[in-house]
Amino acid sequence: MLSIRQKSLLVSLVFLAVVLGFWEAYCQPPKSREALSEYELLMGGADQEARIPPPSAIVAKAWEELSNPFYDKGPNDKGIGIQLAYSISRVLSGYLMAALVAIPIGFLIGMSPLMYGALNPYIQILRPISPLAWMPLALFIIKDSETSAIFVIFICSIWPMLINTAFGVAGVRRDWINVARTHELSPLRTAFTVILPAAAPTILTGMRISIGIAWLVIVAAEMLVGGTGIGYYVWNEWNNLDLTSVIFSILMIGLVGMLLDLALNGAAKLVQYQE
Amino acid sequence: MALASNAADWHEARYLSRNIVQPLIADLRNLKRQRLSAESLSANDHFGGTMTDAPKNETQIEFHCNSLGDAYDEKTSLRHASNCDCRKCTTAAAKPGVAQETSAQRPATHEEMWDRMVENALVRGIFAQNDFSRRSFLNAVGGTTLAAILGSVLPLDAIKAATKESTDKLEKTKLKVGFVPITCATPIIMAHPMGFYSKYGLDVEVIKTAGWAVARDKSLAMEYDASHMLTPMPLAMTMGAGSTAKPFIMPAVENINGQAIVLHVDHKDKRDPKQWKGFKFGVPFDYSMHNFLLRYYVAEHGLDPDKDIQIRVVPPPEMVANLRAGNLDGYLSPDPFNQRAVWEKVGFIHTLTKDIWEGHPCCAFACSQEFAVAHPNTYGALLKAIVDATQFSAKMENRKQIAEAIAPTNYLNQPVPVIEQVLTGRFADGLGEIKDVPTRIDFDPFPWHSMAVWILTQMKRWGYIKGDVDYNKIAEQVYVAADTAKTMQHLGYTAPDKTYKNHVIMGKEFDYTKPEAYVQSFAIKAS
Repeated sequence: MLSIRQKSLLVSLVFLAVVLGFWEAYCQPPKSREALSEYELLMGGADQEARIPPPSAIVAKAWEELSNPFYDKGPNDKGIGIQLAYSISRVLSGYLMAALVAIPIGFLIGMSPLMYGALNPYIQILRPISPLAWMPLALFIIKDSETSAIFVIFICSIWPMLINTAFGVAGVRRDWINVARTHELSPLRTAFTVILPAAAPTILTGMRISIGIAWLVIVAAEMLVGGTGIGYYVWNEWNNLDLTSVIFSILMIGLVGMLLDLALNGAAKLVQYQE
Repeated sequence: MALASNAADWHEARYLSRNIVQPLIADLRNLKRQRLSAESLSANDHFGGTMTDAPKNETQIEFHCNSLGDAYDEKTSLRHASNCDCRKCTTAAAKPGVAQETSAQRPATHEEMWDRMVENALVRGIFAQNDFSRRSFLNAVGGTTLAAILGSVLPLDAIKAATKESTDKLEKTKLKVGFVPITCATPIIMAHPMGFYSKYGLDVEVIKTAGWAVARDKSLAMEYDASHMLTPMPLAMTMGAGSTAKPFIMPAVENINGQAIVLHVDHKDKRDPKQWKGFKFGVPFDYSMHNFLLRYYVAEHGLDPDKDIQIRVVPPPEMVANLRAGNLDGYLSPDPFNQRAVWEKVGFIHTLTKDIWEGHPCCAFACSQEFAVAHPNTYGALLKAIVDATQFSAKMENRKQIAEAIAPTNYLNQPVPVIEQVLTGRFADGLGEIKDVPTRIDFDPFPWHSMAVWILTQMKRWGYIKGDVDYNKIAEQVYVAADTAKTMQHLGYTAPDKTYKNHVIMGKEFDYTKPEAYVQSFAIKAS
């Protein structure tokens, strides 16, 4: 007899097969009948309108792209692997810079009610701004589209980390800090040996939210500034109204986003503790 | 003088030129460049179209550099210390502000000035930079004797020629040129796969840009050395309309004609513009011929483009997707997106813009004034490549080949048959007919000043610029027709001998001499 886990896997595979089957059957292009007239040729064939490509076309496209992911045919045509690498490197550099800024400031805010009161209004105003709204300003001030994209990642991933760090630090149990005080630990030592480990799970939750947002935003930012990256790839294929490539890249974006999330989930497990 | 033994040898001349003359000249050139860019950038009105002024200017500036005195004259110091007693400095002390040689002594042309520089450098080299011994030697034997001696032992002419040749060197060979993926950019794009850039010694990366605002911002930020733009953009950027003001120049028009008004297939029964009230139209940019032509077109049919229809800015590549989604009822946009709408069966071609204004300019090749001043040779070579590519594209027999070269993902990323229909002018109009219009898109690099004036009148008409406009000044400053004409002649093409002419738009003549009256003559305009 199958376990419940195996059964659910089986059922989800059946769902997938049914959906893909319908999709495939519904989206077949009509068979061309006889030779086309010149007008029909100039119109791109006789069938009435473009349709969503069937899954088999997407699988074929994926095979074609993934079998040669690192080709480079000039600045506007690079393989999917190179595009993803550009996007990931942008996300990571903006994200790491944000971590370097957000975690110390978060510590400060969490430990000092005075700083919390002083900085909170600014955080509340800046936090809800859509990261892409910064783009025109960033392009104007930084005068470099590459750095502007990284800046947008920086600005969008800073808030969850900042707020979670502050929250985690402020929420460390008073008893533990009091114990540190009775042991006459210096404030710095208290911060590193007591507060940091205690707040680490909350901080990592913030970091996990941030990387998710950063990955969402990079696609939009790259569609805006163009050049390289997975967002540019989507935009470029949209220009060509090539839905097969667009669907393929949507799947790739989802896959990479999931991997990034899994990586931070793994890191979060390392600092987890039971009270 | 041991070096003179087999001096007739050309290699010797090259050697001398490279090791003695050029280092000195390099210093002079740096000095000159700093002064030139400082002057032309500080005074906005002191550059541009009037390129005939440039050589005169250069001569004067170089003569402020003291190193260009006559090396064969014992009364001229080449050093000019503070207690200098040479003719030039004593004249200057007597009459402050008049530090120039008499016109007979001054080299009149650029060529002569180079000769003078070479002589000067050589004589300095021989006397080991000791100006005192040079002047006493000349006092003893006389300047002509020295010139004769030098001429007999050194291949002076060869050295001069070698020096001139090497100063044509490109300041920068790796360039970034932006383009928006449309057929208007054909010359800029096809110059890459078809080798026009490399023919002129340039290694150009052509970079696809998402839209005009991004192209403008990347150009303003100097991220691109030069870029594909719309003909009104460099005018607007120079004046600071819609962006920060930075002097841009437009040495070449990319294409003429080549646009169309496309309507959604649902509107096949609404061919009369009077039925278009409430329509949503897309144009690629505010400062575009598309915007101005669409406004002109509907206004001539009695609709106020600001009140009766809605005009939205949509980047060209997103036009078809928006038309399909019903966000737009139609658009006036660049090809291939007009033809692509037909190909996708979501739109039909209502009218080609050549039927609104036959031979209207559309897209442009532009760069910042700063780039052209700092890299004169590179700018020249780039312009040659563009003009050459534009003339090549103008020939009908090359069009099929070009269509195949620019269709791949790296460039336009469009199906070849779509590009081919645009470039060859044999196309399906989406209404069931095949049309043959060979001049649907054409290529002519010459930037007519009168075209710029027309564009400015429309910017004034629709309120994009306010107040008094010095039409001719801005037109001549930005549309550097003299550069284009020079390059066209250099490449063996005939350039027009004037830069202004009257244009006819929808049967109405535009008189370039009366721009303000032209603006006032329209019943429909922004108040």
